[in-house]
This record gives sequence, C-alpha cells and structure tokens, in this order.
Amino acid sequence: MKKLKRRVVVTGIGVITSLGKDKNIFFDYLLQGKSGISEIPHLREAGCPVIIGSAVTDFVPLNYLDFKEVRICDRITQFTLACAGLALQDSRLEIKSLDPYRVGVYLGAGIGGILSFEEQYTRYLKDGSSRVSPFTVTMMIPNISSAWVSLKHSIKGPALTISTACAASLNAIGEAFKLIREGSLDLVLTGGAEASLTPFVVSAFNNMKALSTRNLEPARASRPFDRERDGFVMGEGGGILVLEELNQALNRGATLYAEVAGYGTNSDAYHITAPHQEGEGAIRAMQDAVKDAGLSLEDIDYINAHGTSTPLNDRIETLAIKKLFGEHAYKLKISSTKSMIGHLLGGAGAVESIATVLSLYNGILHPTMNYEVPDPECDLDYVPNVAIKPAGGIEVALKNAFGFGGHNAVLVYKKFHS
Amino acid sequence: MERIEIFNAVKQVVIERLGVSEDQVVEEAEFVKDLGADSLYLVDIVMELEEKFKVRVEDSDFEKLKTIKNAVDYIFQKLG
Repeated sequence: MKKLKRRVVVTGIGVITSLGKDKNIFFDYLLQGKSGISEIPHLREAGCPVIIGSAVTDFVPLNYLDFKEVRICDRITQFTLACAGLALQDSRLEIKSLDPYRVGVYLGAGIGGILSFEEQYTRYLKDGSSRVSPFTVTMMIPNISSAWVSLKHSIKGPALTISTACAASLNAIGEAFKLIREGSLDLVLTGGAEASLTPFVVSAFNNMKALSTRNLEPARASRPFDRERDGFVMGEGGGILVLEELNQALNRGATLYAEVAGYGTNSDAYHITAPHQEGEGAIRAMQDAVKDAGLSLEDIDYINAHGTSTPLNDRIETLAIKKLFGEHAYKLKISSTKSMIGHLLGGAGAVESIATVLSLYNGILHPTMNYEVPDPECDLDYVPNVAIKPAGGIEVALKNAFGFGGHNAVLVYKKFHS
Repeated sequence: MERIEIFNAVKQVVIERLGVSEDQVVEEAEFVKDLGADSLYLVDIVMELEEKFKVRVEDSDFEKLKTIKNAVDYIFQKLG
C-alpha cells in the first residue's frame, strides 16, 4: 500500500521589513499599497549613483536579542533572530515540548554578513591584522544565522543554509517542506533575511545595470511589469515561517495560515545572470510545483510573482506564465510584493511567501503598485494599484523566485481545508 | 596613570562588551567563570584594552589574564 504523504502547514509568521515589524501591519500596508522605499542618507553621503532603497529604519536589536548577542551578530543575523522570535511567539509553540532532534532550521542566504565583512576589512586595511575582530568569521559566514537560531532556541535537528541568490529563501522553504513531508522532521523554522544596503553592494548591483536609478521618485522606482520599469530597488529585512506537520499542528490547536502543497526547482544552465530567453526553467519549475501538489494548472488562482521590476525578468516571467498556462494565464491574478518593499535578495522568497500566505488566509490580494503604463509584453492581470478581494475566494497560489545563476524555485500554497 | 584609572577603564570595557552590571566587575572576578566571557570575548576585550592604553598584549600572556586584577596589573606594569 502506498504510504500517504504527510501534510505540511504554516503555523507561525515573523516578518521585518521597511513596512514594519508586525505581520498584520505589514499585510495592511501591502493592501494599502504603501511604499517602504525612500532615499537612504548613507548612500547619498557615500556618493553612490543609486541612493534609494527599502530600509528597516527603527530596528532595535535589543528588543529581540540579549546584550551579548547584539554585538557579535551581523545585522542579517539580528533580523533573522528577531523574525524567528516573532514567528515562534506567533505559533504559540514551546520548542521545549518537542523532541529537539525532530525540529530543524533551514534558511536562505543571498550574501551573508557583508556589513561585518566590510567593517572588518576596512579596519584591516587601515589598522592592520591585529585590529581584526575575533568575531569577524562568525559574523560574516552565511550559515551563521541558521546556527544562531538553533543555538538560541535549543533546536538540535539540522540547521541548514541554502544559497541560491534571490531564490534562496524560497528554496529553503521548499527543502524544509520536503523534509517534513518525507518524515525526517516534524517542524522547521525556515525563511531568510538580508542586510546589504551598503554603498559597496549597491555599487556592485548598479554596475550590472540591475538597479532602478529613479532617485528622485523613490516610491515610484519599483514598478514591476510597468513599461517604464528600469531595474529593482534593494531592500533589507527578513521573514521566518514555522512549517509544521499537520497532525502535530492540529493536536496543539495551532493557527493554520495555509498549507504548503508543492515545490518545483531547477536550473536554467543558460547564462550566469540572464533568465532563459524562452523562460524554459521557470515554466518547468511552475509546472513541477503544481504537479507535486497534485493539482492542475486551472486550479491556480494567484501568482505572487518574482516581479523584480527589471526589464528582462518581468518580460520573461510573463512569457513563462503565458506559455505554461495558455488561456488560463489571463484569468490569473498576479502581483509583485517588490513594488512596495523592493527586493530583499536572500530574504525575498520568505517575505513574499508570508505575503502570499496572508493573502490566502485573509482572502485578499495586495496590488502591484506603480503599474501605470501598460507594456504590450506584460499584458496579464497584475492587480494594478488597488487590492482586490476575488468573489470566488483564493484557494491556490504560486510563489515564484528566480536567482542569479539560473536558480528557479516555485512553491504552491493552498488555503487550508481539512 | 594611576592604577584606579586603569581599573575603571577596564571595568568600562567589560561592562560594554559583556553586558554585566557594575557591581559584578570586582578585582577578583574571573572573565570566563564570573563574567560570562569565552575565549573570543576575551580576545575582543583585550584588543579593546590594547587600543585604549596603546599597549601590546603578547599572545603568550593571554592565559595570565584570568581575572580583572590580572588585567589591571598587567597594563599597570606595561605602562610603568
């Protein structure tokens, strides 16, 4: 007899972005179409060609971390630990009541502790070897956020980190989902963060011609699928989801935000940064995710797009959706969270998954802001500028993420039904 | 420099780095056992003291610095 697959649900959410540190405020702002993008003083002071970003401006690490932890954790780890704390609080879970070896951590890392790296490298160049902090390594290595979550919450299962650029935290959630579904673990804290709004990193992305240079209109700079889009806007922050095996979640009376139903991931093997020109990998990843969920394409109601606001991504993502879904593509609702909070790189898949899960839970879709000038090559329903509450509800959503290097990841989230 | 000035400066660094309260930082307090430092924190504190007092702590002297008193005396001697 074929063993029934275990089901996996989202039972806790922690999110910190330029739109606040509370999941309900975050989602309300998304529904209102509020932009978290603004001029960043330290980018201007550094003479950076791009001076806009989506920054977390009033983050107080001591509200989430112990004194001793704050000084030896990079900002990316501070975001991660804060989100993990919020997610656990939201899940009303006592990790101590579980077998610690059946609980895991699986995070995505885009860049890692680059602020600490820059600070210590500057010190090394200026003052020499003897002034480099003994905490440099443990502040900058990309796995350290996972390690800290394990350490702080006494989680003794695997604490893993996946690094697939802008797809990283979506890949992490997908892999965590598989670990629970196959029976290796019962609960995983998963997601990711990024904290790389430095003049150096912004310069590096800008020289790839990846960023919007709309410095004078920060709130209008991230305009996914709009014809006048000119690049993405860098953001910081993070998100953590508590993924839990269904029966355990039901037994403890947990809030079931949504079910994680399917996962598809692959590689373009085409170009180091550009997506495949026909969207081959993206199509296959969406198709595999839907198949993995045991659904058909017509079941999909909504896609939370990768939607970066770069000319190329939005065109190819649209093409991929049209090629895969055919006529149904025009019935889909599609929106990009990045239109309001910019691109959180390694944190994007997690934060946007949270937006997707809250959309399913509340039955409302946030808009794609700044979609003003139609692009003939982007002609689907992007929920322009105003949130909508579809009459038939929202049952099934896809979450897309594509990373430099040709990494494609897609998750299927479903409204929970017993 | 008076010894008490060195003591107060060391105390300040230890409070900043380890988040302990003022009354915990007494002469006899051990960095690891009483103040919650580990080897990395100890290096971090020593580096800060080196910078503050413009002294060099030899790697081979690290193990001599077990207590607040050890550190204060060490710096006092170096400055003397």
